[in-house]
Amino acid sequence: MTRKNVDLKIKELKSNLGIMKDLRLSVGKVIDDSWEETIGPTPYPSITDLRNWDMKILQKYKPFYMPFCDLCCLCTYGKCDLSNNKRGACGLNMEAQQSRIVLLAACIGAATHTAHARHLVDELIEKFGRNYPLDVGGTNVEVEAPVTRLVTGIRPKTLGDLDTILDYLETQINHLLSATHTGQEGNNLDFESKVLQAGMVDQVGMEIADMAQVSCFGFPKADPNAPLVDLGFGAVDPTKPTIMVVGHNVPPAIGIMDYLNEKGLYGKIDVCGLCCTAHDITRYSSKAKIVGPISWQLRFIRSGLPDILVVDEQCIRADSLEEAKKIKAPLIASSSKNCLGLEDRTKDPVDEIVNDLVSGQVDGVLILDPEKVGEVAVRTAMEVAPKRKKFKIIPEIKDLIEIAKKCNLCNECRRACPNDQEIPKAMVSAGKGDLTKLEKIYEECIGCGRCEYVCPNEFPIHSFIVKAGEKKMKQEQYKIRAGRGAIQDVEIRRVGQPIIFGEIPGVVAFVGCANYPKGGEEVAEMIEEFAKRRFIVVTSGCAAMSAGMVKDEDGKSPYEKYPGNFDAGGLVNVGSCVSNPHIAGAAIKIASIFAKRNLRGNYEEIADYVHNRVGAVGIAWGAMSQKAASIASGFWRLGIPVIVGPHGSKYRRMLLGRKDRKEDWYVYDSRTGERVYGGPAPEHLFYAAETKEEAMVMIAKLCMRPNDNTKGRAIKLSHYIDLHKRFYGTMPDDIHLFVRRLSDIPITMKDEIVRILDEKGWKERIIPDPTLLPRMVRKKANKK
Amino acid sequence: MSDAPWQKAEVAGTKRALPLVKPEVVLAMLKRSKHPILVVGHKIVEIDLDGKKLIDFVIDIAKAGEIPIVATAHSVKEFLNREFQSVASMPVMDVANRLTDPEWKGLDGKGTYDLAFFIGLPYYMEWLILSGLKNFSGNLQTISLDGFYQPNATWSIPNISSKELREFFEALILKLGGQ
Repeated sequence: MTRKNVDLKIKELKSNLGIMKDLRLSVGKVIDDSWEETIGPTPYPSITDLRNWDMKILQKYKPFYMPFCDLCCLCTYGKCDLSNNKRGACGLNMEAQQSRIVLLAACIGAATHTAHARHLVDELIEKFGRNYPLDVGGTNVEVEAPVTRLVTGIRPKTLGDLDTILDYLETQINHLLSATHTGQEGNNLDFESKVLQAGMVDQVGMEIADMAQVSCFGFPKADPNAPLVDLGFGAVDPTKPTIMVVGHNVPPAIGIMDYLNEKGLYGKIDVCGLCCTAHDITRYSSKAKIVGPISWQLRFIRSGLPDILVVDEQCIRADSLEEAKKIKAPLIASSSKNCLGLEDRTKDPVDEIVNDLVSGQVDGVLILDPEKVGEVAVRTAMEVAPKRKKFKIIPEIKDLIEIAKKCNLCNECRRACPNDQEIPKAMVSAGKGDLTKLEKIYEECIGCGRCEYVCPNEFPIHSFIVKAGEKKMKQEQYKIRAGRGAIQDVEIRRVGQPIIFGEIPGVVAFVGCANYPKGGEEVAEMIEEFAKRRFIVVTSGCAAMSAGMVKDEDGKSPYEKYPGNFDAGGLVNVGSCVSNPHIAGAAIKIASIFAKRNLRGNYEEIADYVHNRVGAVGIAWGAMSQKAASIASGFWRLGIPVIVGPHGSKYRRMLLGRKDRKEDWYVYDSRTGERVYGGPAPEHLFYAAETKEEAMVMIAKLCMRPNDNTKGRAIKLSHYIDLHKRFYGTMPDDIHLFVRRLSDIPITMKDEIVRILDEKGWKERIIPDPTLLPRMVRKKANKK
Repeated sequence: MSDAPWQKAEVAGTKRALPLVKPEVVLAMLKRSKHPILVVGHKIVEIDLDGKKLIDFVIDIAKAGEIPIVATAHSVKEFLNREFQSVASMPVMDVANRLTDPEWKGLDGKGTYDLAFFIGLPYYMEWLILSGLKNFSGNLQTISLDGFYQPNATWSIPNISSKELREFFEALILKLGGQ
């Protein structure tokens, strides 16, 4: 608990020392020391306090740069040609420039989450007061803010405490962003260290945002049995007025639900959402519905279902107002970060705003008051719905066929498509009345609309694709478990040991956006694979939605098949983007609750623990945004590897280990101080996989940790080998690097593996109590 | 036939690939090379060139030119299914990262490579990998064989139709001494 900006003024003070007049004492920050846990070495770390840790990580996982651009055009010296690692006019070389751009992305991401948290906390403090208590799980969650405790060294108890932490985060982002200015940082690894700082800051910002909203809005509090809610386009009732909410900041959507409740209109209007506002509104009310991930915006708007769009912040299409206009649906912008050129009507009477929207006098309005948004949205939707009668701009099939006949096969659409979809061929077939190729494209389309923006004939190609997939789209009706928030302490106690020893083969977190190479079903397939294998599978954000958008032969979606508890074989939806720290938090809590390590301001030790012991992997198969970049960076600093899909290569820098360099994989055995070979576990820290098959093999491999006991390593190896054999048709060629003792070998594969080990000249080696930190060695005298 | 980037926004920097229009260039490059490699992505199984799979052309080229193959992602399985055994397997990110390392011993222990062919990767992924190699791999020459112009390669087949690509490969295989 802290208090900031304590300002004490004393007009006159008489004491034994004498009389003091006009005494004024200002203190920036007061730390309440009622918390008995010893404070660690790095509370509120500056941008260099954890640099040594970063360099250890970056020595193991060296950056591999793939410049997206050979030039730098950030100052008026430029453009500078940096190709072949040349230096620009400012002296910066290509490597540093790439890291600099990564840092910019991470700062944008961290700023976005932190500003979201700031927005929420300020608004909630105004509504509930600074002393409003935080509660993310009652007595089930005593370590209520693992990331915050770890980074800042404080235990937030009230909304006011969050305000103090935000000050720190904002300062850090400011420093980090300033480092990207021309003539500041000049070394690529120092840029990378700052990327990791941005990621760490981002994790705290997200944790604050989710703590605030869970505490104040009554979201599920660490509840494994959070309700199952409707998911998919087909879940929306086309006979009802429909309000569509898009974005990440939930208060305006809550304003809508509250107004509906107050007026007894629940059930008469459908409220549905896309992206993280959708997650969070279903955490508030299970009556709300999730249409799908961010990429579904165009297809859903053009279908004509929404009678009004309410957009808040982040991941909203910049052309949402234009798209809404096309279907004659008004739009309300509700965030100061996304005003869309609309007039600010916050202070106008509701009747006037509704009248202007319903009559079409204005296409949209800006309203920066969530409660007012609620009333305006509901009343407008009810009046607009009968007028527009679900007016859509998806063409009829006969029109589509006629237009398709006129396609001149210029290939512009295909060359603009991020996934190189063969649209021209599909157009030829469509011209002949066969829509099956367009329908197939619907399944893999990421919904960007670039195909039609480049069409020289201005054909509405994306709408054609949606039309071809319309039947399937209307059948999309699934269930998703509402975001549960934190992981309970008791769950951590139950799984801590089997995770640390490897007997639960891994914690696999599917997170991030929907820029998939071949549709969202690949995410669902991967999740099914690892849930069946009894890994702990965690989801958040748009990936959590994609995870639910399949059904088995019994008509059940994965969230209906697998329990929501944090245990082997569980499928745990923590919630929206800002819920991601519950995943990192679970790893941190293993160190705290199971291993009894101090968290408080003790980042390096805990990251070392997590990196060497907790077999966790993040998969951001459709990672698209700068926020995804900063989220990943937060996991990297904890030593948790992240796999991205092929589009993730566009983040232009990987962090790759080299298993062929034995010297990179030595750790200290903390029992003896000996430096011992720990094996390439995990082999990479940031890695783009080409296909889902490659990703699945790599997930299993990256779950291995030096600390695995022999039973755990045998279990992990059996999954790795099994997946490798299935997808690659061969045994992996690196088994000898992961077998430390014969007892590590899965019993059913013993003969085959022993033969391989013999061929490789393998020798038994010790299983260390691993650490990268010399100070963690217990027998100092033996330390080399 | 065009030497503009296939994905139009993927414009190059100051250094652009030379268009590879004649199979003789491949022969000349191979002749000069002491240690070539053919990096093969998963799309070789998906792509059909007028009735013959890309993977089958790749096998014919590798055999005729005696070029070692490294198959990325899960594509190794398709080589083995075709009973083509002389293929290594490695994730493309690992291959690319190692190709920037002059100390790398190579997949065969014979040292680093001086010529790398690429085929069958997602266009944008290959674009980025070739960019990484262009900027950080020293003397490595790269050749893109996809038939979709890759500006970051040293040489790239321009944007050509699948029929033209088939003809290119057939001519190349013949010139390499294959059938």
